[in-house]
Amino acid sequence: MTLTLELQKQKERSTVVAQTVFLGLGLALLLLAPLFFYPVFLMKILCFALFACAFNLLLGYTGLLSFGHAAFFGGAAYFTAHAIKEWGLPVELGLLVGVAGAALLGAVIGFFAIRRQGIYFAMITLALAQMFYFFCLQAEFTHGEDGIQSVPRGHLFGFIDLSQSSNMYYFVLAVFIVGIAVIWRIINSPFGMILKSIRENETRAISLGYSVRNYKLAAFVMSAALTGLAGGLKALVFQFATLTDVGWQMSGEVILMTLLGGIGTLIGPLFGAALVVTLQNYLATSEFPVTIVTGVVFMVCVLLFRRGIVGEFYNSRLGRRLGFEHRHKH
Amino acid sequence: MTTIFGIPLQAFLGQLLIGLINGSFYALLSLGLAIIFGLLRVINFAHGAQYMLGAFIAWLLLAHFGIGYWPALILAPLLVGLIGAAIERTMLRRLYSLDPLYGLLFTFGLALTVEGTFRYLYGASGQPYATPALLTGGANLGFMFLPIYRGWAIVFSLFVCLGTWLVIEKTKLGSYLRAATENPVLVQSFGINVPFLLTLTYGLGAALAALAGVLAAPIYQVSPLMGSNIIIVVFAVVVVGGMGSIMGAILTGYLLGVAEGLTKVFYPEASNIVIFVIMAIVLLLRPAGLFGRDA
Repeated sequence: MTLTLELQKQKERSTVVAQTVFLGLGLALLLLAPLFFYPVFLMKILCFALFACAFNLLLGYTGLLSFGHAAFFGGAAYFTAHAIKEWGLPVELGLLVGVAGAALLGAVIGFFAIRRQGIYFAMITLALAQMFYFFCLQAEFTHGEDGIQSVPRGHLFGFIDLSQSSNMYYFVLAVFIVGIAVIWRIINSPFGMILKSIRENETRAISLGYSVRNYKLAAFVMSAALTGLAGGLKALVFQFATLTDVGWQMSGEVILMTLLGGIGTLIGPLFGAALVVTLQNYLATSEFPVTIVTGVVFMVCVLLFRRGIVGEFYNSRLGRRLGFEHRHKH
Repeated sequence: MTTIFGIPLQAFLGQLLIGLINGSFYALLSLGLAIIFGLLRVINFAHGAQYMLGAFIAWLLLAHFGIGYWPALILAPLLVGLIGAAIERTMLRRLYSLDPLYGLLFTFGLALTVEGTFRYLYGASGQPYATPALLTGGANLGFMFLPIYRGWAIVFSLFVCLGTWLVIEKTKLGSYLRAATENPVLVQSFGINVPFLLTLTYGLGAALAALAGVLAAPIYQVSPLMGSNIIIVVFAVVVVGGMGSIMGAILTGYLLGVAEGLTKVFYPEASNIVIFVIMAIVLLLRPAGLFGRDA
């Protein structure tokens, strides 16, 4: 008895050590990355990684597949860009406007979508996001096909010049880390446990007395708000907001990133995003269209690779020996 | 000049007609989706791509082999149906035991691949497809001018929808399908080859989408994007109708097509989104859909 307890403790300790080492390595890599890679490329990865992690909060931890997250991503990009360019708000407040707008949009879309489950949920989010797309196409402030261009990056806290790409990179990295920390906090809180129980068995969660609807809506709004943070950040990095970010293809892209990286893993989507963005950059110079590759990767992932990169690692012999567990059912 | 609610009768009827035509395609496509979903529990995201494929095959047959509209109306659905059956047999089948979301994601990837390939080969712009000689020209109905092909599209789609409904409700094959929808294990224990039924159903659904595509070719431009433009609207139609009933899917398709057409008369700015708005209202009042049975 004491032996098994001792073993368990040992295992837990080694897990903590392994995770700390991985975390430290990852942070060091992210801090040093601009020495080796083009900063805008890295910032693009971080924006999409945050987007995918926020999306994963819903798919991986609550079991809800939203096919409309582009509305929050692209919508927040528009809100932030408009707030900074037209209202002259400082960067921090501009991002906040994007987050608040995305959260509000999430509350509205979520309110309708949670009335149905499973496959219907996906179709409703897709349809409502498409409706928002048409709104953006026709609304005045989005400038239709042109989008909002040359958004100034401005100064963070009034004195850090974000037009310098290295400053901008570390700002994006900081926001990314804060975003991930928030997601980590959510999924490891009692609230997050209830979300997971909804994912595993919704009927049982209801019978235990939880108002599943409210929990789902809350998760949806949180995911939308964090997605909005990523969208606003992207508008700052590229200094424009366009219709591409609200289109349904974008909703598909974020699903692919999450699936590829590992549904229901905290940092899997980071790897998925890095891979997809790299692929897009690589193919952008060639004639070959990205959609074909994306489509094929999608099919292969669904058929053969449902755990994703990080999920496969967690389930590999090495991953299990290091004490990572991956309990998401596939 | 006669007016109705302050709108010239001509414009009113013209939009009503366009609404009926769009509705015909919504009905055909949501019918196929409902059939596939009923048995396979898969939302076929590739339905739009299969619709586009039907139109493109008709166009390719004409451009490269000189094969006209009428043979294409049979050949294209046959071909797409066979491709669909092959995909079901080799890939889609592996996903039945999993969460239904994986079926949606797989067919989404399939749609992207097919669409991307055609965009790569033929560009994003549309190709015109000539109206078959037999159906060119128009008929003056006294109160409006009806292009004959459009009339044909409405009548033919109505015929196909009702035909499919009859097959499912009144024939032996249809009773097998319905029984397998209710309880596949029990049906299989009676010695009926359920896996074959599944393949057949997916092929049939894909063929229906392709048939709609051929029918649409002379009306809309044949373009790689025609499928993804329509499929999201059809999803909304399916949410409104609920996928529990075949007739429900058909009726909702026509109904929403007409609603969209009429919105174009009274408030054109909203015509893009009216179906989504209706969907939201239905979700508030009757979350299971107008004809839905599931909880």
